[in-house]
Amino acid sequence: MIVRPYGDTALLVEVDEPAALAGLRSALTGRVGVEEIVPAARTLLVRFDARKTTADVLTQALAGARSRPERPPSGRPVELKVRYDGADLDDVAAAVGCSVPALIDRHAAGQYTVAFCGFAPGFAYLTGLDPALHVARLPSPRARVPAGSVAIADEYTGVYPRSSPGGWRLLGHTDAPLWDLDRTPPALLSPGTSVRFYAR
Amino acid sequence: MIEILSPGPLATVQDLGRPGYADVGVARSGAFDRAALRAANRLVGNDPGAAAIEVTLGALVLITHGAATIALTGAACPGLDPGVALSLPAGSVVRLGVPTFGLRSYLAVRGAIAVAPALGSRSTDTLSGIGPQPLRAGDRLTVGAQPSGAVSGLAFSARRSPPVLRVVLGPRTDWFSTDAADVLVQAEWTVRADSNRIGVRLDGPVLERVRTDELASEPTLPGALQVPPDGRPILLGPDAPVTGGYPVIAVVRDADLDAAAQVRPGDRVRFLS
Repeated sequence: MIVRPYGDTALLVEVDEPAALAGLRSALTGRVGVEEIVPAARTLLVRFDARKTTADVLTQALAGARSRPERPPSGRPVELKVRYDGADLDDVAAAVGCSVPALIDRHAAGQYTVAFCGFAPGFAYLTGLDPALHVARLPSPRARVPAGSVAIADEYTGVYPRSSPGGWRLLGHTDAPLWDLDRTPPALLSPGTSVRFYAR
Repeated sequence: MIEILSPGPLATVQDLGRPGYADVGVARSGAFDRAALRAANRLVGNDPGAAAIEVTLGALVLITHGAATIALTGAACPGLDPGVALSLPAGSVVRLGVPTFGLRSYLAVRGAIAVAPALGSRSTDTLSGIGPQPLRAGDRLTVGAQPSGAVSGLAFSARRSPPVLRVVLGPRTDWFSTDAADVLVQAEWTVRADSNRIGVRLDGPVLERVRTDELASEPTLPGALQVPPDGRPILLGPDAPVTGGYPVIAVVRDADLDAAAQVRPGDRVRFLS
C-alpha cells in the first residue's frame, strides 16, 4: 500500500490488489474528520477536514487496517433483467471464440460487485466478469450509447445510466432505472453493491 | 422575483455544491470562487453558502420584480458597485458590464435564489446536467424568504493581479521526467480559450512523461493538475469528472482554488510548491 498526498485536503491510497480497497474503505468510514471516501480501480481517495484530522493520523489508520480481512458484500444482490440484444454481441463472441448463446450464458452467470463509480452519475464499474470475456473497449467510442445499455470493457461490466457517448462493447439492455434524482439514494448501484444479471 | 433579461456568456445558479456523491459519479460542482460566493451572501445577510448567480465575464442584465437587495463580489463589473449591498425598488434594471480583471462574479440576492435543489444543492453542474439549467433570457427566479441576518457593510475587495497558485506535488509526479516538477513551478502558464468550469486548460512548456503505460482511472478533486498525453496541464474545476485516467502531477491547495476561478483566457498563471 502506498499513500500519497492529493493536495492539502486528501490522500490517494494505492494498493496492488483491488480487493484490498474494500477493507481500507470500511476502516476509514465514520472516522473523525473523514469527509468522503472515493474508490477507483486500484486507488482510494480519502478527503478530509484538516481542522479535525491530519494526513499522518489517517495514514496510520490505513496502515493498521492492512491486515483486516475484506468483508464480503453485504445485502441482497440487485437483480437486473437484461435483454441480450446488444450491437456488439457477434463481434464479442467472435473475439472470445464462443457462440452468442454461450457468451450470454457466461455474462449472466457472473456474480458481480460494484468496485467503483465514475464516468457519469450512476455509472458503476462491476468486477467479477469471467476472465474469458475480457475484451478491449472499442478503438473509437460511439457518439451515442442508449440508456440502459449493458456493456463490457477490459475486466469490467456495467450499465449506461443514460444516453451518452461510450466505448464499451454492448451486449444488451435493461429497463432498470440506474439513476433517479428523485429517489434516495439516486444511484441504484454504489460501491460494494452485489449485482446479478438475468437474461429475459 | 428577478428576471434575467440577458445571461451574458454564461450565468448559472451556484451554492457550495454537492460534495459527498463522488462515489456514485457526481461532481462537487458549486461556486468556483467559494470565497466570493460567501462574501456576496454575507453582504446581503444570507447564509454564506446560499444560492446566488455565478456570472461569467459579466454582461448579465436583470430586472427586479419587487424590491430586492443585491450584492456583487468576485470579478468587478462596471455598472454595479462591487462589495456593497444595494437596495433596489421594483422594476430596477441591473446591467453588468464586462470586467476588466477576473472572470467570475457572484450576484447574491437577499433571501437567496430559490430554485429546486437536486441532491441537496441548487448548483448547476455543467457537465452532468444535474441542477438547474444555465440561465437564459426570460428566466424568472424566485427569491427566498428574508433571512434573519442583517445586511452587512463589510467591504469585499476583488483580487487584482494574476495569481500564484500554491500546489502540493503528487500524487503522480513520478510519472514525469525528473525536471517536470521544476518546469511546473518555474514556467509561466497561459490560460487557454477552451477553459470552463470543467477545467482550466493551460499552455506552456511540455511536461514530459516518462511512463507511457496507461494509468487505471483514479478519483480526482477540483484543483488537480491533470496532464494528458500532449503534456499541457488541465486544472480541474468544480464540474470535472470525479475519476480520470491522466496522471496528476500536482494539486492546487484548497484555499487557492478561488484565485484559480478568476483566471481568464490569455492570463498568466504561476505555481508555487
